Parts: sequence; C-alpha cells; structure tokens
Amino acid sequence: MGGTEDAGRMSVLWWLVTLLKVGVIFGAVLGIVAYMTLAERKVSGRIQLRFGPNRVGPFGLLQPLADGLKLMFKEDVIPDHVDKVIYVLAPAISTIAAFASYAVIPIGPPTDFFGLLPEPVPLQIADVNIGILYIFALSSMGVYGIVLAGWSSNNKYSLLGGLRSAAQMISYELSLGMSVVGVLMMSHSLSLTRVVEDQSNLWYVFLQPLGFVIFLIAAFAETNRLPFDLPEAEPELVAGYHTEYSSMKFAGFFLAEYANMITVSALAVTFFLGGWQGPFLPPVVWFMIKLACCLFFFIWIRSTFPRLRYDQLMYFGWKFLLPLSLFNILVTGFIMVIKE
Amino acid sequence: MIIPLIKGLLLTIKRFLNPYTCVTVQYPDERPKIATRFRGLPELQIGKDGMDQCIACGLCAKVCPSNCIYVEGTTDKKTQRRYPKIYELDAFRCIFCGFCQEACPVRAIILRDTFELATYENRGIFDKEMLLDLTRKRNIQYTRKLEPKKAKD
Repeated sequence: MGGTEDAGRMSVLWWLVTLLKVGVIFGAVLGIVAYMTLAERKVSGRIQLRFGPNRVGPFGLLQPLADGLKLMFKEDVIPDHVDKVIYVLAPAISTIAAFASYAVIPIGPPTDFFGLLPEPVPLQIADVNIGILYIFALSSMGVYGIVLAGWSSNNKYSLLGGLRSAAQMISYELSLGMSVVGVLMMSHSLSLTRVVEDQSNLWYVFLQPLGFVIFLIAAFAETNRLPFDLPEAEPELVAGYHTEYSSMKFAGFFLAEYANMITVSALAVTFFLGGWQGPFLPPVVWFMIKLACCLFFFIWIRSTFPRLRYDQLMYFGWKFLLPLSLFNILVTGFIMVIKE
Repeated sequence: MIIPLIKGLLLTIKRFLNPYTCVTVQYPDERPKIATRFRGLPELQIGKDGMDQCIACGLCAKVCPSNCIYVEGTTDKKTQRRYPKIYELDAFRCIFCGFCQEACPVRAIILRDTFELATYENRGIFDKEMLLDLTRKRNIQYTRKLEPKKAKD
C-alpha cells in the first residue's frame, strides 16, 4: 500500500478495516499465546505420563486466565543495581518486535467478506513487497531486547544468558534466512502473499525439503526453544536473561517467546506448507490447522529432546547448517537454470 | 544420527496418543491404593467386651524409639482388669516404625492406613479417645458395608 494512486483508498473505510484487522490479529495472537502455554503444559504432561493442569475450569481451560491474573498482580520488583531505563525498555522491545512481525503474514486470500465491503481486502495487515526482509529485521530487533535485558540486569547469569542468546540467534538467523532464499528464488518475490499464491499446485516443502528441515532447526534456535534453549538453561544459568525480572515485565518476555514461536510457525506454513491453500475448508481455517500442527511440533520436540551443549550448538550452526543452506541455494539455482 | 531422534519422537507421540498411560492419582477425587502392610497412624483397638483392648502394660512406650507414647494404667474395680487411664501418642514425634504393634502382647495397637494427618490446629498429640475413634469409625464403615441391617439394632 502507498503511492499516489492509492490515495483514494486511504478512505475512512480503509482505515476502519485496517484498524479492525490489527485488532483482530493482535487479539488472536494474544489468545493463541495464552492457550499455547496451556497446550504446552497439557501436551508435555501427557507425554510425561501426567495430566497437566486440570483444576482451573473444565480441563484446566481457565488456567491461562489464572496465570495472567497472577502475573499481573505480582509485585513488580526492580532491583537496586539495575540500569533502570534499559531494564524497563528491554521487555518492551522483545514484545513489540515479536508482535509486529504478524503485520505481513497473510492468513487468507483477499476477500470482500461476503460482499460486505465494496472491494476485496487482503487478509493481512500490510502486504509489504519486502515482507520477508521486514520479518527478519524485526526478529533481529528481538535480540536487542534479550541482550539489553541481560546487560541491564547487572547480574552474571543474566549477562551470560543474554550473550549466549545473542550469539545463538545471530548465527542461526543466517541459516534461517538462507534456507528461505531457495523458496524466494522459486517464487520470484519477497512478498509473502505471492509466495503463498505460488504454492497453489505444489507446496514448497516437496520442492525444498532440505530448506524446510534447515528452516525448522534454525527456527527452534531462533526462538530459544528446546533443544536450543541455552539462554534460559535453568540448571546452569538460573533462567538467564530474565532472572531479575518479575510480574508483567517477565510476562513480556514470556509473551515474546511464545509470539516468536507463532511467528516462525506461521512463516513455516507460509513458505513451505502452502499458507492458506487447501481444499474444501475456508482458507483461514486451513491456515489455522497448519499453524496448530507446527505449534504442536514445537511442543513435541520440546518434551522429547535434551538440551545441546553450547559449543555443539555453535558448531552445528556454523559448520553444518550454514554450508548446508548454501548448498541448498546452489542446487536450487542449478536446477532452475537447467529447467530454463 | 537421525534414526535415534525419530525413535525418540515416536516414543513420545505414542505416550501422548495413548490415554491410559497417565500414572497420576487424582488424589482428593480418587483414593490412592494403599498396600496392606502400609504403616499409618497407630490405632487403639476395641476388645470384645467393648472396652479398649489395651492392658496398659507399657511395652509400647518402652519400645518406642522416639518416645512418643505415654501410658498410665489403672485397674477396673469390677472386673479387676487393667486398662489405660491415659494413653497419649505424639503424632509429631511418631516415626511410624510399627515397633509398638510388634511389642504389644494383646494386639491392642495396630498401624493401619490412616495417612491424612494434616490439621488446622497446632496439635500433634492424640489421646486415648481419639486413637480409639479411628477404630470406631472403621468399625462403623465395616459393619455398614457387610451387614447393614444388623448394624441398626
């Protein structure tokens, strides 16, 4: 959106619809985050032969609400020795970066809501033509939140956690970006809508299986999830960068972690699993089903694998994953040239 | 390298999909299964004559390693039978070893399955009546279960 020819579209209706989309997507993401925490506890509970939370509400369905209330009413401790400005800013940066990524993820094709609107609107907040760059830029911003939190806490463990996470996220972001390049080469566009539309015949996961695997592994590292949750590593780092945080500031990091998980899942769906494409069901439903499968996979992995050692993690990222993703680009380019 | 990872994933998904694998006992809703040899709180038994079985010999107090039993006996003037005037058991000190049960010559004290000892008061000493009550309650349940008609009259 933008440019002079779009001036006419900046009407009251356009603003209304955009604001509505922002509200709905923000609310939906918050809701998914809340119930993701419950799902995580439930699923890992079942995998470990437990029930998981089942006391608050039927099947523990009100547990996220109880957790949220608890976090809100906890005392907000700001230790004396912290760098206050940065300390307060850090969780905000993390959360904003995590939530802003959704702006460019398409959850469905352009629709006019059964004729309610005069012209079809895209089901994403903004169809930026460099959507993927925007997302990678924001996820790099998220690193700042974590590093600054570790630094401003003025605490050995926090600093180590922050450093680790910075090193980890930066090195794996490289592989994450590289693994997507293959897809972008095939779709000839950086716009996520175009990428999804390109997969109407065949999902990219079948054309780019190596890219998909690399993307998944890098995504786990990028979101600091097990088996790559070294920044938090409870036994050695006492929760890492958020050791000194409490109440809603802690909740901010928590939200950011889960929101990031949803972002990378949505990206995986968009790039490799055909986005909203699918037979019979409405596109948004297809998108949600695929997203749910991806999120389940996150939990599944988390409750199956142990944590890696730090040197193994760096070794794996730089000496194995990165060359592999470069190889993937090479092969993709080679095949594309041959085809033409 | 990849096969063990997949094996692990398969194991966990099997656990997840099978609903009968949960080992958690939903305690307040369902009772845990307690072994018959479980040693809970010592309970004083009631004899056939309706009085307490205990003859106040004091062996239990003697043998108790944590000194949690205090017995003071007297003699019943009609039957010339000894019985405990005071029988106190400090549940805070009791270690549920079961020595009292083994030492008792008349099987008047038995450790059963009473394990819910949490109280709202700061009180750990069970006196004679309370220890007997445990058995009385058990007898009521027992008779109700087996012969509901006989228990009425």
